[in-house]
Amino acid sequence: MNNIISTDKLTRTFGAFTAVNAISFEVHEGEIFGFLGANGAGKTTALKMLTGLLTPTSGKAMVAGYDVWREPEQVKRRIGYMSQKFSLYEDLTVRENIRLFGGIYGLKMSEIKAKTTQLLEKLQLEAEADKLVGSLPLGWKQKLAFSVALLHDPKIVFLDEPTSGVDPLTRRQFWELIYEAAHTGVTLMVTTHYMEEAEYCGRVSMMVDGSIEALDTPRNLKDKFGAKNMDEVFRKLARG
Amino acid sequence: MNTIQIQNITKSYGKVEALRNISFDVTQGEIFGLIGPDGAGKTTLFRILATLLLPDGGSASVSGLDCVQDYKKIRRVIGYMPGRFSLYQDLTVEENLEFFAAVFGTSIQENYELVAPIYTQIEPFKNRRAGALSGGMKQKLALCCALIHKPEVLFLDEPGTGVDPVSRQEFWEMLASLRKHGITMLVSTPNMDEAELCDRVALLQKGEIMAIDTPKGITAGFKSPLYAVRSDDMYQLIKDLRGMEGVPDCYAFGEYAHLKQAQLSDNLKLSESSIKQFLHAKNHQNIEIKPAQATIEDCFIELMKD
Repeated sequence: MNNIISTDKLTRTFGAFTAVNAISFEVHEGEIFGFLGANGAGKTTALKMLTGLLTPTSGKAMVAGYDVWREPEQVKRRIGYMSQKFSLYEDLTVRENIRLFGGIYGLKMSEIKAKTTQLLEKLQLEAEADKLVGSLPLGWKQKLAFSVALLHDPKIVFLDEPTSGVDPLTRRQFWELIYEAAHTGVTLMVTTHYMEEAEYCGRVSMMVDGSIEALDTPRNLKDKFGAKNMDEVFRKLARG
Repeated sequence: MNTIQIQNITKSYGKVEALRNISFDVTQGEIFGLIGPDGAGKTTLFRILATLLLPDGGSASVSGLDCVQDYKKIRRVIGYMPGRFSLYQDLTVEENLEFFAAVFGTSIQENYELVAPIYTQIEPFKNRRAGALSGGMKQKLALCCALIHKPEVLFLDEPGTGVDPVSRQEFWEMLASLRKHGITMLVSTPNMDEAELCDRVALLQKGEIMAIDTPKGITAGFKSPLYAVRSDDMYQLIKDLRGMEGVPDCYAFGEYAHLKQAQLSDNLKLSESSIKQFLHAKNHQNIEIKPAQATIEDCFIELMKD
């Protein structure tokens, strides 16, 4: 199994405070990986380092084949991001959103054109191409947002609470899109406070006070902690 | 006694019908859950009950007071915790609480007993500015501020949003402990698993109530046999199961897929062995099949499809 993310004693301090304390872990290519932790456990700091937005104090992290400390720009080109709360500009049309994000990801105009046609066809959104994103039903918006996050063929997509606040049917459609992407070899890193979302991940890690305290499949974690669901696992781990 | 009475409430924003003919009652001392996704109409209903918004039609009362006529009186008997953190970020914890007490013509001392179990948890940080608190602590402070005037009714709009499972559980424990004071609570959440913590719930979708019952009553209404199925390839598993005869519905459900059998009257009856056989023929590995108990989420999906 290829590792798309591997960290070795990755650490970040802010003054006297150690936000991320020597974490070492691997994420496999094509995996749906849940990156969990309580408020203030160090998740956001760790993710900022993994996405090339923050330099580590010590330790090492390789993401999509590049060192986050030495080649953060190479890392950024190979990752995508989507959150339920914000992903697309509602007051731009479908086509404009694709063009904007294509431009931000550094695609050539010809590539953007080709991708737009391809994407509209795949999502069957040709008739809606020039409608404002804000006017689309939630399920379509979500599909579009995810497709836009995949526009530059990233190796990894970071998903922040991807299905919070959506109805159960739309939520399921979305997990199927995620499964499908994982099937094609894209790695999905899911961060969330909702343990129902953690239940859908292949493996999850759990950060407590800057360290990774557990990393396994949801099933093994539930067995290990004698818990009926991930919510209980989380509470047992976070409360120590 | 019904502390909250809602009759045929409607509200539109332009062409969007936010609430369509909503009616239900909440009994005194009850924890009543409004369960539904973003856009279901939860916040609109709270605003009408809290007298911040006028309904287009219908009527509602809180503690016997009409939400339109008696708006001034209602404001004295309710505590409202909006979805967005709405305390003063640049006031300290203690200043915020003092402020809300003063607005209602009371003092922290006067009602300390009611807020003490919650306030003592954040009291060590009473000189910290509210804006610098963690999500869980902000939520506790907001609850204290909503309680400081000893309201008869509490409106809590998505209190669990943005906080981790530990803080969320502590919050629900606090709500349960407020029961002994006879406070009636209307709580909203998009998270189906929080429904079980309420005495009764209304499942809300696109401005309409799909069901009202106790959480147990809702799940008891799910009549189709349900199976939880998994294999090493969940993506393919769901695709394959949808093509199986006698399966009207199959969807991802955590580490399993939930498979719903068509009505019992059909000639075909699914069984663990028939599902296993089908999946073996499709070359699935490490197959696991077990009967599943329907959750609120399964019921919500079923109601949405009706």
